[in-house]
Amino acid sequence: MLDATGRPRSLFLLGGTSDIALAVAERYAARTPGLRVVLAARPGERRDAAVGRLGDLGCEVHAVDLEARSVESHQDAVRAAAGHGDIDVAVVAYGLLGDNERAWTDVAAGTELAEVNFVGPLAAGILLGEQVRRQGHGIVVALSSVAAERPRRSNFVYGATKAGADAFFTGLGEALREHGGHVLVVRPGFVRSKMTAGLEPAPLATDPGRVADAVLAAVDARREQVWVPGAMRGVMVVLRHLPRPVFRRLPI
Amino acid sequence: MSVLGVDPQRRTLTGWGRTAPSAADVAVPPGPDGVAALIASLRTGGDPPARGVLARGLGRSYGDAAQNAGGLVLDMTGCDRILSIDVDRGVVRVEAGVSIDTLTRTLLPLGLWLPVVPGTRQVTVGGAIAADVHGKNHHVSGSFGDHVLALDLVTADGALRTLTPDGPGAEAFWATVGGMGLTGVVVRATLSCVPAQTAYAVVRTERARDLDHLLELLAEDDPDPYSVAWFDALARGPRMGRAVLTRGRLARLDDLPARLAKRPTAFGGGGPGPGVPPMPYGLLNRATGRAFNELWFRKAPARPTTDVQPLGAFFQPLDGVRDWNRVYGPRGFCQYQFVVPPSETEAFRRAVALIADSGHPSCLNVLKRMGESSPGLLSFPAPGWTLAVDLPVGPGLDRLFHRLDDVVLGAGGRVYLAKDARLGPDAVEAMYPRLAEFRAARRVLDPEGLFVSDLARRVLL
Ligand SMILES: Cc1cc2nc3c(=O)[nH]c(=O)nc-3n(C[C@H](O)[C@H](O)[C@H](O)COP(=O)(O)OP(=O)(O)OC[C@H]3O[C@@H](n4cnc5c(N)ncnc54)[C@H](O)[C@@H]3O)c2cc1C
Ligand SMILES: NC(=O)c1ccc[n+]([C@@H]2O[C@H](COP(=O)([O-])OP(=O)(O)OC[C@H]3O[C@@H](n4cnc5c(N)ncnc54)[C@H](OP(=O)(O)O)[C@@H]3O)[C@@H](O)[C@H]2O)c1
Repeated sequence: MLDATGRPRSLFLLGGTSDIALAVAERYAARTPGLRVVLAARPGERRDAAVGRLGDLGCEVHAVDLEARSVESHQDAVRAAAGHGDIDVAVVAYGLLGDNERAWTDVAAGTELAEVNFVGPLAAGILLGEQVRRQGHGIVVALSSVAAERPRRSNFVYGATKAGADAFFTGLGEALREHGGHVLVVRPGFVRSKMTAGLEPAPLATDPGRVADAVLAAVDARREQVWVPGAMRGVMVVLRHLPRPVFRRLPI
Repeated sequence: MSVLGVDPQRRTLTGWGRTAPSAADVAVPPGPDGVAALIASLRTGGDPPARGVLARGLGRSYGDAAQNAGGLVLDMTGCDRILSIDVDRGVVRVEAGVSIDTLTRTLLPLGLWLPVVPGTRQVTVGGAIAADVHGKNHHVSGSFGDHVLALDLVTADGALRTLTPDGPGAEAFWATVGGMGLTGVVVRATLSCVPAQTAYAVVRTERARDLDHLLELLAEDDPDPYSVAWFDALARGPRMGRAVLTRGRLARLDDLPARLAKRPTAFGGGGPGPGVPPMPYGLLNRATGRAFNELWFRKAPARPTTDVQPLGAFFQPLDGVRDWNRVYGPRGFCQYQFVVPPSETEAFRRAVALIADSGHPSCLNVLKRMGESSPGLLSFPAPGWTLAVDLPVGPGLDRLFHRLDDVVLGAGGRVYLAKDARLGPDAVEAMYPRLAEFRAARRVLDPEGLFVSDLARRVLL
């Protein structure tokens, strides 16, 4: 559980190499000396580096294998994480932006996005939900995106998959409420991270640290949704209601 | 899950501070025998609940002491009968879920009063035993456990044991007094009472201009058994620690003006008064906090006065406002209460300065002298100075608490577990030197660790 001042004892990162996930972990590590982190990700150099980074901050880190496209892998990872004790905060962070032009024309490319951004998170959410019900507490942070609110021509496959996950986690929050659980759906705009390396930053672009700050503040306030930057919320209200012909012509 | 016809309901629970919620299956056993049967059935009925069992009273502990995330919680308020009262000997036997409110309202007309009452009457006898609560007369009368003649404890094996402070079960008794519900479920208790001629107190009120003055006044040998100070937690510099000290005693019949003497034991404690609605934002901030502290200090007469007050107004002034904990807003609040040894006035001063300089606003600031420790292995009270502040949760609060912990630990003091919602295991280990004995006693009474709470998981009791 988080204590009264918002310090967790343990953190579970699904997609532990994600820049945003690591920024969240760093901030919690600063709050809780010796924070236990179960870092689930595909094995490799990036994961080793992430383990090292959190270890240097004094965390007790346990690396666990996770392939987002495998349901079984999720089962193993959640079991392994729970084996270390209660999961106070879980961050479902892995994700794939993909190439939209390929994704809407190539079945394999399109369904890969669906698996990584929707099926995987669904499996994660179900398994984490089971754990929350058992524990009687637990916070799940799900990385959605503003693309989930109104997909554009240039990212609609990614947007579609994120929209599915967004709806699922929003509902999961309702379902887990009576079990002491809390789900936070995070909707960042453009974040300068590995995922967007080489892309032209969109207006209101932000960075992983800012996203992490917003996540911690939203968890503290027990909010269920947060936009990053905060101004994105108002922007999306407008964009969601623009008539399609107008929206189509926007340079975004 | 249905156990013996008692259907537990999933509920989200918090302590009085409204922080750190967790969900548990809550059952309301109808009586002591029901508790024993239920615990026994958990053993025989296959798998005991994976996340254990815990008794809960009226949830007036501030933190997570009366929560058991994912487990079973026994709401003891269904066991609330007063079983017998021996007026001549001043002995009352009750079920553990009865509230101090009900009990005092019943006892007063019979000319009896409880030797120790906390700052709210909305606590159960079980909760008062489990936290070994103290009152304004601690330096004279000790804590609640000192006046428990016997208690019935349902242990993890489903057995009902009668324990006394110095009989055969003494070890288990003193592990249970102050034991935060971790030795089993207290189902009945026998308490000794003191005589009371009236439902009033004679109270002397006096201002102290700063902390030195206050400590001086508190250290005086005083004929009155009850004393407590409210202090201004935001005043800094030369006015730091300015306070209003109240000292009193139970009123005798001849203390009462004629108007009150007609019905001397009519308890004017007041029913539940006006309530506070749920609030989206807390009302308390630096500015309102400062204004409140200023007002409260000014409200007290500049020269010492003596007056007659209803016992409820003197002992539990907050009980008149229902749900007052809501003024702190949705993130809730923490109470930080510590005690340091009598010689550690310097540490005490540093703690008061840390709070005043932090800018975190506190209004309910209580300071008093404590007397001898109780034999309770985890009991909080210890000789010296105790201080309690209520602080709304907000950025930076954890850092303030850490600094306070350092001061308290450095002075050989401790923080009260019934109020705590954020200490870690290392600090608790250092603050409670008899923790190892407590753990050993618990292993004897509950070898498989059936009884557990969020507090116990957090600080590794
Ligand atoms: C306004 C206010 C003023 C207060 N003033 C004081 C004060 O002056 N002095 C003081 O010492 N404390 C004070 N307290 C704290 C309070 O007295 C204690 O926290 C007390 O334990 C609360 O009793 P409860 O019945 O609400 O128990 P809960 O808060 O429900 O439970 C507290 C603990 O007792 C255990 N418990 C409860 N019932 C049983 C049982 N039947 N068998 C075994 N374990 C049980 C629980 O497991 C838990 O660990 C105050 C609290 C408030 C809100
Ligand atoms: N960056 C943005 O602009 C932005 C905006 C809105 C929302 N988001 C969302 O925020 C989350 C975190 O993104 P980020 O910005 O931190 O990007 P990131 O650093 O690229 O993190 C994404 C992570 O997903 C992992 N991943 C991809 N496919 C996987 C698979 N099949 N199995 C396991 N892991 C896989 C990658 O792990 P490997 O190290 O193994 O490759 C990578 O570390 C994502 O869900 C993203 O959709 C990002």
